[in-house]
Amino acid sequence: MPKVTIDGHTIEVAEGTTILEAARMIGGEVAPPAMCFYSKLKTSGGYCRTCIVKVTKGSEKDPRPMPKPVASCRTPVMDGMEVQNKTAPDLVDARAGVVEFLLINHPLDCPICDQAGECHLQDLSYEHGLSKSRYDFKRREFDKIDIGPNIKLHMTRCILCYRCVKVAEQVCDSRVHGVLNRGDVSEISTHIEKALDSDFSGNVIDVCPVGALTDRTFRFKSRVWFTKPVDAHRDCKKCCGRSVLFMSGQEVLRVSVRKDTWGEVENTPEGNPGWLCNECRFEKKSASDWTIEGVRNIDRHSVISQNKYLEVKNLKIDVSNQKLIGEKAHN
Amino acid sequence: MQLTNRSEVVVNKVMTFKERLYFPAIISGLVITVKHLFKKRATVKYPEEIRPVAPIYRGLHVLKRDEQGRENCTACGLCAVACPAEAITMTAAERKKGEEHLYREEKYAAVYEINMLRCIFCGLCEEACPKEAIFLTDRMLPSDMNRANFIFGKDKLVEGVSNDSRIDISKRTNAHRKD
Repeated sequence: MPKVTIDGHTIEVAEGTTILEAARMIGGEVAPPAMCFYSKLKTSGGYCRTCIVKVTKGSEKDPRPMPKPVASCRTPVMDGMEVQNKTAPDLVDARAGVVEFLLINHPLDCPICDQAGECHLQDLSYEHGLSKSRYDFKRREFDKIDIGPNIKLHMTRCILCYRCVKVAEQVCDSRVHGVLNRGDVSEISTHIEKALDSDFSGNVIDVCPVGALTDRTFRFKSRVWFTKPVDAHRDCKKCCGRSVLFMSGQEVLRVSVRKDTWGEVENTPEGNPGWLCNECRFEKKSASDWTIEGVRNIDRHSVISQNKYLEVKNLKIDVSNQKLIGEKAHN
Repeated sequence: MQLTNRSEVVVNKVMTFKERLYFPAIISGLVITVKHLFKKRATVKYPEEIRPVAPIYRGLHVLKRDEQGRENCTACGLCAVACPAEAITMTAAERKKGEEHLYREEKYAAVYEINMLRCIFCGLCEEACPKEAIFLTDRMLPSDMNRANFIFGKDKLVEGVSNDSRIDISKRTNAHRKD
């Protein structure tokens, strides 16, 4: 089994594992960010270049370093390979350049965008990007399209990661959308405004790393940091029925899949990706449709955890001892 | 232990003849009163007269419009999340066709409320705003007898469209400018 050292952490992985997957096994800061790679979608990755790493030692047999940064999602590890991610300042600089390229045509309309607060491009540009764009030319412009009754496509925000195309290929039963045109003018579209009506087409919203594909039933309803995410499940014949409900009071504003540390869909206990069907996602918008398991654990650095307080049940005041008595609900 | 040198020990001493007359004490008291009649007053007659405030004074909020009279606010919620007193709430709505002259962006705040009793006038909402929509002004918060009237909606916060109903915030923004 090849042994690989990433940012000073050595790990032994199976043959054929990519550098990105090995780095994710180590976890934390070592793992490079990824905008297009999605471990649960086959043949994804290799488009966005945000996961580039510096290989300082090719392998035990051939210790020469690789001449250029490589895309870690597409490069398998070799025995004795040494990789630098966060520890190489020139690589961080190169990644900042990649982020700037991704942002060239991005409208930066985060105040309007429903993805703001859980957008990978927002996190990435906050971490690496400049606060001001250096691009003086006209940005790409597209009209907003409704792909079916539930999904909205903002092509101006798209970074062409192809994840939604892979979802249509591998999760849905038929693919009716793809990338039209080439180069600078390429766009995600259904040809001649066809609707996405496959049972699992709603999952394109969850795989989209930016706000290009958003939920029309949640459009402008609330900002994600004002909602309260709870884990919930229901019996569904089509899908696993395990979801996160974004609630406001007793109202379910949005239903999404459960996402793991890397922003990818969580596996079910059986080991399959927990994709949701459109019925669960778009139609079950009442708390009574779901069995609520409890408050979802959100990373405390995330904006979603802002202004959230612990719920206290049965609050009483013990006057004689000047004490507040109550029990915590959920976590 | 003596804490200050201004403390006096209370004694039950017998008053002198002058003190028992009380008259000199009354006169000296009146002299102080009359002196104050000729001194400069410490108060102003608000609202007829308004005391000058610092250029960066943080008073009542305003929701600005742009030069074409469209509302700047796009209901992004950053002011509400920045607010330490949680005084701001809002509901967003989508701009319809034909409303382009009312709202600058495709999303706008259908409801925007600030609870002035909660607000601590810290100005963090202004700092958080990415659209230059909310500003604190040099106006004072008017008093009221009813708590419900302190929840200011868009009717009280958004400035008017006409030139004379605009709220001038240039003094404040220029004071913040470094150059």
